[in-house]
Formats: sequence, C-alpha cells, structure tokens
Amino acid sequence: MDNGFDIFLWLIFPYICLTIFILGHIWRYRYDKFGWTSRSSQMYESSILRWANPMFHFGILAVFLGHVMGLGIPQTWTDAAGISHSMYHFMAISVGAVAGIFTIVGFIGLLYRRRFTKAVMGATTVMDKVMYFMLGIVILGGLLNTATGAVGDYNYREGVSIWFRGIFYFNPQPELMVGAPLSFQFHAIAAIALFALWPFTRLVHVFTAPLGYLFRPYIVYRSRDAHEGSRAHRRGWDKVDTIPRRRK
Amino acid sequence: MRVMAQMAMVMNLDKCIGCHTCSVTCKQVWTNKSGAEHVWFNNVETRPGQGYPRTYEDQDKWKGGWTLTKRGRIKLKAGGRLKNLATIFAAPNLPGIKDYYEPWTYDYENLTTAPAQAHMPVARPKSLLTGENTKITWSSNWDDDLAGSTQNTHNDPILKQVGDKIKFEYEQTFMFYLPRICEHCLNPACVAACPTGAIYKREEDGIVLVDQDRCRGWRQCVGGCPYKKMYFNHKTGKVEKCTFCYPRIEIGQPTICSETCVGRLRYLGLMLYDADKVLEAASTTDEHGLYEAQRGVFLDPKDPKVIYEAKLAGIPDDWVEAAQRSPIWALINEFKVALPLHPEYRTMPMVWYIPPLSPVVDAVTETGQDGEKQENLFAAIDQLRIPIEYLAGLFTAGDTVPVDKVLHKLAAMRSYMRDINMGWEPQESIAEAVGMTGQQIQDMYRLLAIAKYDERYVIPAAHYEDAHKLENIATDCSLNVEGGPGMGGMGGMDDSFGDEPGTGGPEVPGRPEGVRINLLNWNGQGTPTGLFPGTPPAPGETP
Repeated sequence: MDNGFDIFLWLIFPYICLTIFILGHIWRYRYDKFGWTSRSSQMYESSILRWANPMFHFGILAVFLGHVMGLGIPQTWTDAAGISHSMYHFMAISVGAVAGIFTIVGFIGLLYRRRFTKAVMGATTVMDKVMYFMLGIVILGGLLNTATGAVGDYNYREGVSIWFRGIFYFNPQPELMVGAPLSFQFHAIAAIALFALWPFTRLVHVFTAPLGYLFRPYIVYRSRDAHEGSRAHRRGWDKVDTIPRRRK
Repeated sequence: MRVMAQMAMVMNLDKCIGCHTCSVTCKQVWTNKSGAEHVWFNNVETRPGQGYPRTYEDQDKWKGGWTLTKRGRIKLKAGGRLKNLATIFAAPNLPGIKDYYEPWTYDYENLTTAPAQAHMPVARPKSLLTGENTKITWSSNWDDDLAGSTQNTHNDPILKQVGDKIKFEYEQTFMFYLPRICEHCLNPACVAACPTGAIYKREEDGIVLVDQDRCRGWRQCVGGCPYKKMYFNHKTGKVEKCTFCYPRIEIGQPTICSETCVGRLRYLGLMLYDADKVLEAASTTDEHGLYEAQRGVFLDPKDPKVIYEAKLAGIPDDWVEAAQRSPIWALINEFKVALPLHPEYRTMPMVWYIPPLSPVVDAVTETGQDGEKQENLFAAIDQLRIPIEYLAGLFTAGDTVPVDKVLHKLAAMRSYMRDINMGWEPQESIAEAVGMTGQQIQDMYRLLAIAKYDERYVIPAAHYEDAHKLENIATDCSLNVEGGPGMGGMGGMDDSFGDEPGTGGPEVPGRPEGVRINLLNWNGQGTPTGLFPGTPPAPGETP
C-alpha cells in the first residue's frame, strides 16, 4: 500500500470528484436554474422513447436501490437479520441482473434514437455525448461485475463496500480497493468520474425529482414578487447613484 | 367568502376578420426565438377546423382537463398524482412536433450566392430541426379560411359531436374565426398537472405563469391543458405559455393581442370571484350546468358585502372600482352575451367569447330576405340548427339554449338599432322579446360597437408604488420626474414660458437650489441663469 498511484486512485481522486460533485451542484443551482432541466426530446421522437425511457429510468432506479443495499448496508447488519451470505448473493445477482438488463436495453434504445433521429441528434450537445459515453461505460462495468459476481467468489461487501463507506466517514481505506478484481476497480473509477461530470450535464434533473407533488395542493398560488418587471439586484451590482439620494 | 380578483378577457367573434395581427404581434413580442417556432401564445383558428395543435379538442385522445369521478369529485383526466409521477419518463399525452408543425426557414443565402445561371435561384425550405430540405405540409393556420376543408375538416372534434348535419358543400358552408390565448383558468389543469409546482396562479390578478427557473421540463402540463396552450420549448427544455402580457397589465396597459387587434374585438377587465366556490362549481354534475355554475362563482362588485369582503382580502379600492367598471362583468353577467370556451373541461376558463351571429345573418341575406329584420333573424336562428349546435359544442358543452339566447339578443340589438339609425321609431317589443329594455340594448350596443379604448380596457395598475419607491429610480425612466416629459407634460412648459428662461418648472426635490438647469423647457431665448455657474453666492444672498 505504498504505491502512490493507488493512493491517488482510491483516495485522492474520489475526494476530488465528490468535491466537484457537491460544489458543482451548488454552483449550478445558484447560477443556472434556467438550465436545470431534463431537456426532454420527446417532442421530436416518441415511439422509441415511449418504451425505452421508462425502461431505462425504472431500471436505473432499481440499480440505485441495489447499490444502496450493497454499498450502504454493512454485511454485519444483514447477518444480524439472519440473511445468509449465499441468500444475499443470490438475491443481489438475480435482482441486479434483471434491473441491469432493463437499464441497458432502455439505454441502447435511447442511444439509438439519439443517434438516428436527426432532430434528436441535432439537439444533442457535446456535454450530452460525454455524459452518454461515461454513463454507458459505468453501466457496462456494472453489468460485468454482476456477471463475474455470479461466477467469481469476490465478496464486495468485505472490500469495495467498506472502502466506499470509509470515504464518507473520512476514514478511507484505499488498500481495500487494490485487492478488488479489475472489473470492480474499473466500475468504481468510471462511476466516480461520472459523479464529477454530473453537475455539468442534464443529469442534474435527478436532484429535482418532483416527489413533493404527492403532498402539495393541486392549484399553486403565488404572490407577485416585488422585483418583477425589473431584475432583483445581485450583490455587487447595485446601481450607480446618478442623483444624490433623496433624504427627508 | 374568499374574494379574489382575476384579469379576464372577452372576445366578440362577430368582429374577428381573421387577420392574425394578434398572433403576429404576440409572436414578435414573446416567442420570436429558437425553440419556440411552434409556440403561438395567441393563434387564430378557422372554425370548423382542426384547431392548433391539430384536434386538440379531442380529449378522448389528449386527455386534457378535468373529469368527474363516480363519487362526484373532479380529477385530472390524465390520471391522479401517482400515475402522473409514474408516467413522467414518457409523458403519455404530449403532442409531437408533427401535431404542431415542423418549423422551417428558407435558404435565403442561395439567392445571393448562387452562381450566374439560366434559371432564377430559389430559396428552398429547410427544416429547423434537422437542417435538411423539407416539404412544408402544415403550420399554425394551414387550414385558414377552410383551406383543404374537404380533406381535413371532418377531423374537427366538435363537428364529430354535432354529427353529419354539416355538409361541406360549397353553398352550404359556414365559417368564423376563433382567436385563442391561454384561458388563465380559475381551476387550471396545467397547474395541477405540474409535478414540480413551477406553474402558479398569481394571487393578485389570477394570471397563470410558469416559473422558468423552476420548470424541469417534465411536460405533464402540456397534456394537462385541454386547450393545449402550454408549449414545450424544444431548445430550452422548459414550458412556456401566454403571460397575459403581465408586464403591460401591471402598468395598466392592455395585452399586445388586444392593443393591436384590428377589429377591436377584445375586452379586458377584472372579475371578482369567490375562490371558495370554484371547486364546487367545477364539480357540477351536469355538463350543461357548468356555464351557469361558473357565472355563480363571480361576485357582484357593486354588492356592499362583496366590497367589504374584498377590502378584508386586501384588494385595493381602485381595483374594486375597476371591477365595477369592468366590461367583462357587463358582458358576462349583465348582458349575458359572453360564453366560456369549452366549460366541459371543468377548468373554469376566463377568456370568454361572444358567439358570432354573422353566419346566420349571411345565410338569411343569401335567401333574398332582409337579414336584419327581427322576425327573419329570430326565425333563422331557430331554424339554422347547424351553426347553433356547433357553437354550443364550443361554448356551452353542447347546450343550445344559452347560445340561442345570446344570438337572439344580438339579433334583437341589430334590429332595434337599425330602427334608430334609420330614424324610425324604436320598437320596445324587440327588446322585450329577449328580456331586455331598450336602454339595455343601447348600452350593450355602445359597449359592443363604439366603446373607446378606456371602456374596452379597464385595467387597474398593479400596486407597485411601494416596492418601486424603495428602489429609488432603478426601474424608472429618468425623465419621469414630477411634471417631467415622461409624465405626459413637457416639464411644465406651458406655465413657465416667458418667465426667466430655463429655470421654469417644478424643482426636483433634493437638488441644491439654483443648480438645476432644465434645458428641456428652455425656450431658446436668452441665457438661462446658472448655465455658466459663477462663484457660489454668499450666504444670505439669493442666487
């Protein structure tokens, strides 16, 4: 564990990316609320999107929950709950495989329409392309892990998961990742890089998932704000006084 | 009682000549930008016709607006909250760009850069979505004046309801124009469908707006609005809609569509309504009762109790006074000639229409009869079932009785006023036949025919004074000083000419005395004192 490159990969790089992730979102929310959208292209093309997009999104939501399980919950907890390792493993691989296949099939559908529908391709930004590439790599890596997990005997809950949680306890253990299989290393690095990209792509829409809709009244009323018609002053942009201020 | 104020509009369809000036000026002001090519906050449809976007009124297909559940409560036709969120990844009722039209431009550059050749170079149409050559097959008013009606008009959802009574044989056809903006509903389905809560109804004037900073582009409002007046901007990924020109309304000016209307057919004014009654009215069981139910929600601005409650609700006195003078109140509740557009959507729309009598008059005149004679007109209204049923399909959920009444009133007005204009004795019996008095007919005639700008548009300015003052002059024109040129005067020129040159007009408070030189009201004679400042006067000495 004296390899500087390993320390960079499994200790420095994650913290850099997470910092970018957090500060990037704060920055984006403060300065680019107008750009904070899912940027739907459904108006251009709906027939593929109609099945591919829900498939991808529901798939990736299941994948996310799987990661919360696998990375977030320590093995000791599931042991205490009486879930044997083989049972857990079987559940994780089977549910994970179904969710992963949903995700990748939906993703391929979305990728296809993005590339081959001219209007959709025309509305695709450079950042979209970078994001699609990274997301694809991460998803493929995850699928590969599921597949190797089915045949291999690496228990990520004794390695990757502890390393992952350690990052958030500020008690990182990079040596745990050095011992992980290559496909896990690859998936982790790609995902961390994606987190750094996240705030600068349309992926930000994830953080404004409209769950409040379930609890608010149907009709929203809002009062006219005092600055409408003129722009609210930002700090440092006060008007120059051209006339001495009236005092009374 | 919870009194709220609502900015509302009435359009007199008899006067619409289908010139599209409203659409064009609105487009120039609000949506002349990339991504909003298909966005027409204001559009004018020829009826019968499919409308824009095509067949938007077919709610079996588009699932817009509200519907009544078995338990007598309203819910969004597209489904409840959970279904709304579950379908967020592929909005089920979103019109595609083809339901509007594919935006295009022309290759104008080719006109100037083409090499010398035997034939005129042409500017070919290019798709704005793909950049490729395109064939223009539809637009916002492609079926204007019944163009292509033999192929298209049978798709009109209202015609389908009326059945096959209307034949599109050239001699028997009829048409009129229907200008449409956002309805700024009292019970807006778009607001209810927005998962984020980015769309809101303003408390002060009821204008429905989209917070562009909060919209996340989930697109459910587009499907939710039965009038399809929520437009998805395909470049910004946000939804835009008619703003009722709120920056103009706030300073007491009419909307652009009203201001530029050639036929002067639009009326703007306030309506006071009881917000507590809206839900109940929207839940009226019988669709035919929705028109009356909505009228029941409005409050009489001259009723002392309403005035008292309005004061409690924080509505300023000048707003109540404007509501009393509101032409909208007069047309909807006094003369009862304005009708809502598609009350059956249960959104309680607030842009109402006076249905057109002209097709009836034209039909009578074509038979060689006197088209403005009362008996002929009344008989024709009753016999020409076709336009009435069609109009009822638009304005009263298919109930012909209110439309019939309105057309009778309009016909009575024509006959009654003709007698006056011809110098004949006015016949009170004509007015009585439609349950009005001669004076009421004359008042209605005045409002419909000769009302001037400030009678058609009764818009109280928003109460910004306080916020505005705090900002000093940041939002103001610097000429808008007391009595300055921006305030309608020429700086008090009329009473200052001939006096000491250049020093006339009221002083701006806060300026050191004697330093201000107002060249705007310098009459050009002599040298204004203080133009070339000398030594400052000693204390006690007048400058």
